[in-house]
This record gives sequence, C-alpha cells and structure tokens, in this order.
Amino acid sequence: MEQEQMTGASMVVRALQDQGVDVVFGYPGGAVLPIYDEVFQQNRIRHVLVRHEQGAVHAAEGYARSTGRPGVVLVTSGPGATNAVTGLTDALMDSVPIVLLSGQVPTFMIGNDAFQEADTVGITRPCTKHNWLVKETDRLAGTIHEAFHVAMNGRPGPVLVDIPKDVQFASGTYTGPDAAQTGHYAPKITGDIEVITSLAEAIETAKRPIFYTGGGVINSGDRACELLRRLVDNTGFPVTSTLMGLGAYPASGKNWLGMLGMHGLYEANLAMHDCDLMINVGARFDDRITGRVQDFSPGSVKAHIDIDPSSINKVIHVELPIIGDVAHVLEDLLKVWKSRGAKSDAPAVQEWWAQINEWRKVDCLKFNQTGRTIRPQHAIQRLEALTKDHPDRYICTEVGQHQMWAAQYMGMNDPKRWMTSGGLGTMGYGFPSSIGVQIAHPDALVINVAGEASWLMNMQEMGTAVQYRLPVKQFILNNERLGMVRQWQELLHGERYSHSWSEALPDFVKLAEAFGAKGIQIDDAADLDDGIKEMLAHDGPVVVDCVVEKHENCFPMIPSGEPHNKMLLGEDADTGNAIKEGGAVLV
Amino acid sequence: MSPLNIKKGSSSHSAYDLRDYHEQGTERHTLALIVDNEAGVLARVIGLFSGRGYNIESLTVAEIDHTGHRSRITVVTTGTPSVIEQIKAQLGRVVPVHDVHDLTTEGVAVERELALFRVVGKGDIRVEALRLADIFRAQVVDSTLDSFVFEVTGTSRKIDAFADLMRPLGLEELARTGVVALARGKIDVESTLS
Repeated sequence: MEQEQMTGASMVVRALQDQGVDVVFGYPGGAVLPIYDEVFQQNRIRHVLVRHEQGAVHAAEGYARSTGRPGVVLVTSGPGATNAVTGLTDALMDSVPIVLLSGQVPTFMIGNDAFQEADTVGITRPCTKHNWLVKETDRLAGTIHEAFHVAMNGRPGPVLVDIPKDVQFASGTYTGPDAAQTGHYAPKITGDIEVITSLAEAIETAKRPIFYTGGGVINSGDRACELLRRLVDNTGFPVTSTLMGLGAYPASGKNWLGMLGMHGLYEANLAMHDCDLMINVGARFDDRITGRVQDFSPGSVKAHIDIDPSSINKVIHVELPIIGDVAHVLEDLLKVWKSRGAKSDAPAVQEWWAQINEWRKVDCLKFNQTGRTIRPQHAIQRLEALTKDHPDRYICTEVGQHQMWAAQYMGMNDPKRWMTSGGLGTMGYGFPSSIGVQIAHPDALVINVAGEASWLMNMQEMGTAVQYRLPVKQFILNNERLGMVRQWQELLHGERYSHSWSEALPDFVKLAEAFGAKGIQIDDAADLDDGIKEMLAHDGPVVVDCVVEKHENCFPMIPSGEPHNKMLLGEDADTGNAIKEGGAVLV
Repeated sequence: MSPLNIKKGSSSHSAYDLRDYHEQGTERHTLALIVDNEAGVLARVIGLFSGRGYNIESLTVAEIDHTGHRSRITVVTTGTPSVIEQIKAQLGRVVPVHDVHDLTTEGVAVERELALFRVVGKGDIRVEALRLADIFRAQVVDSTLDSFVFEVTGTSRKIDAFADLMRPLGLEELARTGVVALARGKIDVESTLS
C-alpha cells in the first residue's frame, strides 16, 4: 500500500473518517487549532459546538448510548481536558464508549508549566479505560485506531488521546485502521461451556428463579437483547433490571417485574431476596442494588455473566461465574438448555409467580393526585401516557428523585432508549445527553426528564440546542429543592435541611426565551396534559417548568444499610428510624 | 442449604481459584506482571493499588526484553483471598498488562532480594560485623578503615535477620531492592521473552 504522508492534524480527521465517525462534539482552543483548521476544510464529519467540555462528553455519551457507536469528543489542552474529567468518569462508571481527543502544549514545552498545560494523561488515567500521549506524528493515526478498538471492545469505556500541538503540525505516515496494532487487546468473549451447562442444569430445577439484568445486555448489542427476550419467554422466569439495563427486556413484556434496587419495585426486590436461582446478566451487584451485602438474597445460587473478569466476585460471591460477552453466552446457554430438552420446573415456577403476584398487590407505586398541586409522580405518569405510543421516543434524565420516578413510571420497550447517569450519578448529565441523542436521531422525540437543580448545572447547553435547532424537550420537575438530598435529610438528619433548597431560581420561561427557545410553565394539575401536549407540538427546543409538590419523597425505598426485604413503602411508612447508625455512613 | 444441585462455593471449572469465601485471613502473595515497557505503565499499576486501597509490600520493575519492549513488575501484596483475586482481575484488565502470574499459588517459586548495608565501627564490633557477614555469605563491596558496605542476596526474611544483627554493630544505612521472583522448574506458560 502507498505510504501516505500528511500532517498530524489531517491524520486526526482522516482517522476519524476511516473509523466511520460522522459527528464530533467539541470546543476549540489554542492547542487544537490545527485540528480545527482541518475540520473546517472538510464536510464528512460534522462538528457540534457545545458550550462547555463537560457538555461535550455527556452529549457524546447520549450519542453513544442511543446508537451503539462510540461518541467522539475534541477539546483543547488544560482546562478543556480538565472540564471533560467528570464526563469521562461518568462514561467509565457506566461503560460508555467515548474517544476523547485533547490538544496538548507542544512536546518541547511539556513539563514547563506552559500556558494551558495540564498533565492530561496523568489526570485522566484513573477515569479512562486507557489513555495515550502521542509524541510522534508517525504513531498518531495508529494510536487513534487503537483507541477506538479499546473503547469498543471488551467492557466498553472512555479512552483519551492527548496530542501535542507540534505533533499536529508535523508530517508523518498515515496508518490505516487495518494496519494499526490492536491485536494484543482481545478480551475473552465466549463463556466457559462447562459453567454454562451447569447454569442450564440449574435452570431446569430452579423453583424460584429470577433474571437480574443490567447495562451489559444493552452494551452487548441488539442480538443480546433479542436472546435475553427469547430466554426469558422460553423459561417463563421473572425478569428485573438495574437502572442501566432498562429496555433490554420490554417493560410491556409479561415477565417484567420492574426495576430493582434502592428505589426499585417491591415485587422485584422481594423476588431477588427470596429467589433460589439468580441469573445476573450483564449487571455488577452495585451497592444501589444489593443493599446490605451480608443479607443479599441469602438462599440463592447465583450465576453471573459479565465480560469484565474483575466484576466477578467483587461484591457478591457467585457459584456460577461466566466470563464472556452476553450475546455469546446467552446464545450458548439457549443452545445447551434446548439440547437438554428445554426443561424447567413449571409447577414450582407457577407457584413462584403466584407469590410474586401477591407482592404486586401491595401496589408500591400508588399515590394520590388530589387538588391542584401537581405531584411529581403524576407529572411523569401523564408524560408517559402522552408519549409512550410515539414510534421513536428517547428518554434522558438528570440525577435525583425525578430520575427514580422516571425509571419507575416510564416503560422502556427497547434498548438504547434510556439515557441516565447510573454509576457516577452526575447531576447535569441529562440536558447535554439529550442533545447528543437528538443529533444522532434528528427526527426522534427526545425528552429530558429533569429536576431544576440538576438542569441548571449544564443549562449553558441551551446555546447548543438553539444553534443546531434541536427540538429537545426539557421537562423540568421544579420542586425548588434538591429533592433527594432533602429526602435523606428528612430521614437521616433530623429534618435539618442544610442547603438543599434552590434559592434565586430563574424564571425558566424567560430563560428559554432569552436563548431563543420556547418556555412553558405548568403549575396546575388541570393544565398538565395541555402543557405536555404543547411541549410535544413545538418543533424546537422547549423548556417546561413543571411546578410540583415541594416535599414529596421517593418511594419505595430500601434504607441504606438494610436488605431487600426491609423496604419502606409510600408516605405511610414509618421513616422515623429507617436508617440506623451503620447505614448512615453509606451514601 | 440450597435446593439446587450446586454446592455453594464450588466451581472448580471457573476461571478463578474459588477457595472458601468465608476464609478471610490475610495472605501475602507475590505477583509477576509482564507489561509493555511504555510511558506511564508503572503509574497505572501503582494508581490501581492506591485508588482501590490495596497494599504494596514491595515492588520492583525493570525491562526484561529490549526488542519486545516488555518489562516485568514484581509486586508483593497482602490481602484476604477475595481481595487478592480482585487485585489480579483488576491488573488483568489494564490494557498494557499482558500477563498476571500469582507465583504464590502457581506452584513453587524462588524469591530473592538484594540489599546493601553500610556498617560503621572500629575494633571488636568491626570484626564481629565481618564475621557475621561471612556467615550470611554477604559480600564486602566497599571498605574504609572504619566502615564496610555489605551486599546480601536472599529471601526477605534473611535480609531482615541480617539487618537485625547489624543494627547493634553500627548499621547506618540500608537499601533494599524489593523482591524479584521466578517460578521453579519447567512451567506451562509461554516464555515471556520474544
């Protein structure tokens, strides 16, 4: 093959094109000017100018999670890179493939405390899956291709390539994607067939089985979701999911129990506690899921399918660890189970369902909407009712009570439709994320369910939404409080509401209008449906200020430090001593 | 007792050595990592230990294969069996780490450490230091009229013992390399050299 010579800056653009990248989210600055100059002189890659680098990473996360393709970010050195750190950490915790290219001061100035110099690879080492500082132009293209390989293979995650300015100016030889050295990073994707067979045996005899699924199913791809659905339907076993895994199994499916965990459904958590076979598919026994580890599902045999070996036995000891890609493992599991006759203990599973249906009668999500004050659950329920039949709907959220209510009351029927910050819990994630989703799906209905405090954390992205005419719907539940913080202070800190209210809030309608967008305020339950319809009808960015009850708590809830069978239900619950001393130190 | 036909804690065919989960005494393990000799690789390994709260008792690193750009990092760490498994799994997913060998569980290994001791003194204690050095097969690598520098190679325990003996005999300074270790005999792993 002909050895193509070009500058580092044009290599960056060429490498992105060869990787099939169509959109880059970024913000220019001194150390990336040569790359921006190349971006200017081509039309294949679209650059979306954000208003803050954190917004760029979250937008790229929204793009990545709604498409299954890596999100690409371009930022400058120093503050450009440090502003991206929260986004990278968020992507690492939630296994989102992000390729971030950062400019760096020229190699001969590194270490001199140069203007806008930061030790970017040092700072981002613990918050990326891997990162590189490229010191020679000849190695630049190969490194970028390797970066895409690492971001997308195994457990996906963010990677960073730091590119000094002199490397961007200098000329070198371009390496194509096929010639790049990527072979040594090859995580195991097929599971151990012996353990898979043991799991098939366990499925045959289980009396109280449950599938506990997570974001790994969605990351594995559409095939994994298809296989999960087949396996659940064929076995007739109940299925619950983490926050990250919503949509892998449809919320409308007959075996769906709803989300589990701290604010998960009563029936899902009790089924987890009392099951005799737990099949964890692509989840990681996060502390929001397990509650008190010592009392976590004490009577069950546990299987754990995960592509990341370090997730196995990290928190919960499992009897059947299967390291591999979810789609590959489920394919083998179905094959083995079917070849053995596709058996299950149907009468016992029937009885198990009868028990689950008893728990369901508790109706843990019930609430009373009376009077004119809008209860936040009611607002979400109406939003769901008015949008669930939309053929192409995506939901993003910020972090807090509204996020949990959205997870409880909105049904995801397909994967890649639900974008939320799970592991890191990043307030300010939702708005930029919705921008990334809308860029990837221009004609779709993209709604960000938000709280006013979270939303304000990245509200500068209004500029981006308006500039690119993105019809993102910002549905803000405004309780003038940091609702989840307030709830914990009520439960744990003697109702001393230290700094958990939002003073000096803007007029959200005027704020939207100041940016050239549409603003709607809804403060009466009678106007709720009309307000939502008005939001949906507007072809452009909309901010809805939905004024809701200020003191609502999010239930059901497993108080921290307690096991699954000690849930608090609704407002009648005795919350006085819900969290004991040991639980108080937990977050 | 589980109603299923699987004994808890039994998974002989798993990728892990799943010893009894409840056995939570602290163990000392010597790990050998084969890594790409590239900028920042040591920082990645050390950062993993500090970031996740694991212990490092000793750590040595040097390039072992110049053409293949491979280095060998020997880490001595302590932790409960489940923590040790976690450390190995976490190390295994660091991109430039090629292999993680637990020399403590993968058969028998030889461990050696090198130490230098500067011992200052005159008269009887100087003679006594030299006599003990001979017993420990220490080399005298430098000498003045009132000092020696001894070189001792051996297990960490031997070096501890020699240091204890030298302390009352005028030990002024000591430097240790940390443990390096190799599995004994012909083992079933690919050569780490290219």
